Amino acid sequence: MPVLESPAKTQKVSREQYLDLYYYMRLNREVEDTMTRLFRQNKIVGGLYSSLGQEAVSVGTAYALEKRDWLAPMIRNIGALLVKGVPPRDIFTQHMAKYTSPTKGKDGTSHFGDLDNLHIVSPISMLGDLIPVMTGVAMAGRYLGQKIVAMTWIGDGGSSTGVFHEGLNLAASQKAALVLVLENNLWAYSTPVRRQVPIDNLADRGKAYGISSYIVDGNDVVAVYTTAKEAVDRARAGEGPILIEAKTFRRRGHAQHDPADYVPVEQRAFWEKRDPIALYEKFLTEKKLLDFKTKQEIGNRLTTLLEKEREFAENSPMPPPETAVQGVYCTGDDCHKIRAKWARPQEELLPPKTSVDPVWVVEGFGRGGSTSGTTAPIHFGDVPSTPKDPAVSRNSPVKPASKPPRKAAAKTLPPKKTAKKGGR
Amino acid sequence: MPLVTFLEAIREALFEEMAADPTVVLIGEDVGVYGGAFKTSEGLLAKFGWERVIDTPISESAIIGAACGMSYLGLRPVAEMQFIDFIACCFNQLTNFVAKGHYLWNAPAPIVVRGPSGGGVHGGPFHSANPEMYFLHTPGFKIVYPSTPYDAKGLLKASIRDNNPVLFFEHKFLYRRIKEELPTEDYVVPLGQAVVRRPGKHLTLISYGAMMHVSLEAADALAKEGIEAEVIDLRTLMPLDEEAVLRSVRKTNRCLVVHEDTKTGGLAGEIAAILFERAFQDLDGPLVRVASLDTPVPYAPSLEEAFLPNAQKVFAAAKSLAGY
Repeated sequence: MPVLESPAKTQKVSREQYLDLYYYMRLNREVEDTMTRLFRQNKIVGGLYSSLGQEAVSVGTAYALEKRDWLAPMIRNIGALLVKGVPPRDIFTQHMAKYTSPTKGKDGTSHFGDLDNLHIVSPISMLGDLIPVMTGVAMAGRYLGQKIVAMTWIGDGGSSTGVFHEGLNLAASQKAALVLVLENNLWAYSTPVRRQVPIDNLADRGKAYGISSYIVDGNDVVAVYTTAKEAVDRARAGEGPILIEAKTFRRRGHAQHDPADYVPVEQRAFWEKRDPIALYEKFLTEKKLLDFKTKQEIGNRLTTLLEKEREFAENSPMPPPETAVQGVYCTGDDCHKIRAKWARPQEELLPPKTSVDPVWVVEGFGRGGSTSGTTAPIHFGDVPSTPKDPAVSRNSPVKPASKPPRKAAAKTLPPKKTAKKGGR
Repeated sequence: MPLVTFLEAIREALFEEMAADPTVVLIGEDVGVYGGAFKTSEGLLAKFGWERVIDTPISESAIIGAACGMSYLGLRPVAEMQFIDFIACCFNQLTNFVAKGHYLWNAPAPIVVRGPSGGGVHGGPFHSANPEMYFLHTPGFKIVYPSTPYDAKGLLKASIRDNNPVLFFEHKFLYRRIKEELPTEDYVVPLGQAVVRRPGKHLTLISYGAMMHVSLEAADALAKEGIEAEVIDLRTLMPLDEEAVLRSVRKTNRCLVVHEDTKTGGLAGEIAAILFERAFQDLDGPLVRVASLDTPVPYAPSLEEAFLPNAQKVFAAAKSLAGY
């Protein structure tokens, strides 16, 4: 499968969408600026993980999803949460461990979800685990007849975990509607990507799973969005999982405590000049989609909103200690009514309709081609195909046993050479 | 009425739950075409098709992850570990993702993880494990370890219908060795209820899984010596039926715990702590543990026999305890 170029020039973006992308990137940054101030005032209980400079990736990818779709963020994908509809107060209260937070103070940061309305799966700190989980979400969506896409993110660092492989391989073998955004910000804590992996483009890993992958400039929100949109459309159409590598840069340390002085100054300077919001403002201004007045209006809107949301969070109580022991187990229907949302007839999934012959049908068997289109005959103990298939017919010395091929003819046949051309 | 083996009882539970509820699906390695390494799921694919009986790559973390993700959309996946030993490969996915979801973000994960456990069949160090205590120490799981076909079927049905992640341990020694008649109508055995398998007054033998049968055998031998042992089958380790344990020990005043898991850090230590906290005044003797050696499960029959508890070991320990 080829690594594809960003389809920025082929996907259409409306004026409203251009401005939405701008709004969410500004919201993303200002939510985090607010939290930096709260952190410095000691109002954030735990760590604070910045996505400064990576807003275009979070916003541009999540913006390609529809309401019915599912996402699972990494800790820095605050922009993705905002795009999906999470109010800023949820992010503030989470970081401040307030009782009003989505987890009622049980966890912090972006570690929260919403199964019923926003379709968000909470991340855990162990990277990569979301990939098989979101594969399962996509599989269940297909099973129930819902036309949903599942999207999750992984970093350059997290792409070295075992579960990255297990998850992506299962997704590929199941043709699950999964879009995996590999956010290559060049640093896994203090370790540069070149010390983690011996390849230039992490998108190349898609080849190992027989899936399509894209490389996109992660600081160009239009490129990110249009690429993600194409990937989401393709996944929804049943093409299977798609990997998008977004190349970007983590401008702050791993978390607030980390000055990141291991980052070369030249590298930092290079990326600071490529701030995604500044680049996008330039683009919008040139396209006459944004003027000074609109920019100011958006700024005012954000200030008012975030002031209100921050106040709500600051005025919220801490969780009462007696709630610490609550909620380990679901106590039944009084706690959660678990109901699948069927979008297909359930009879299709019950006998007799489901009755099958329990034998593998191996695609490509006997045709000289595997499912990925190249040579497979050796793997499956292949038999020669019919002469209709020109790619294989030239490589088919087999005749009825009673008439063995003439020696001369057999000698002239170069089996391996033609086998390479086999397939579809 | 035909006799049903332990393994067939599990298969019946899967068949009946899948027939009754299309949200129930089976996912695992070789569960479909092959019908499972022990043929537990034989016939399920033919009846329920490829969408509901899912053969996966050898990827335990992906199996558990996918099952968890499926459960978020309202499905009730049953995930098979080909041997329960392999559950170690998905320890992180289970303990950090599945177990914590409800507590942290109010996300129930109604999945069952089941697989063949236990030794006595010369499976060697990687096909004989009893890893229940790793998970008992993780808040968020329910843990089931049946000992009879009736319980295996009823508990598996209850586990599938439960809204929590349930780890379901099937002792492979029992798969084809024990059989009994089962009711034809639908029934469940509720999680969290122990059962008295044999009433007695002189001491209490607590066990679960295959060791329940060893305990019963020892109790027979003890009876011949005039010692009436009460045998309690825990059936579910989480929630643990503390009251059933206390009721019996308050009557017999002596307690011996038999488990096939290794001794240190095994369930017997936890039961000892519960008794010391809640029934200290009722104990006439020490709490006695009969468990496997603190070693990996060895392969050679002579070594494995030395490793595992058996009726003779239980008998000897119980006889000594009865002397108090």
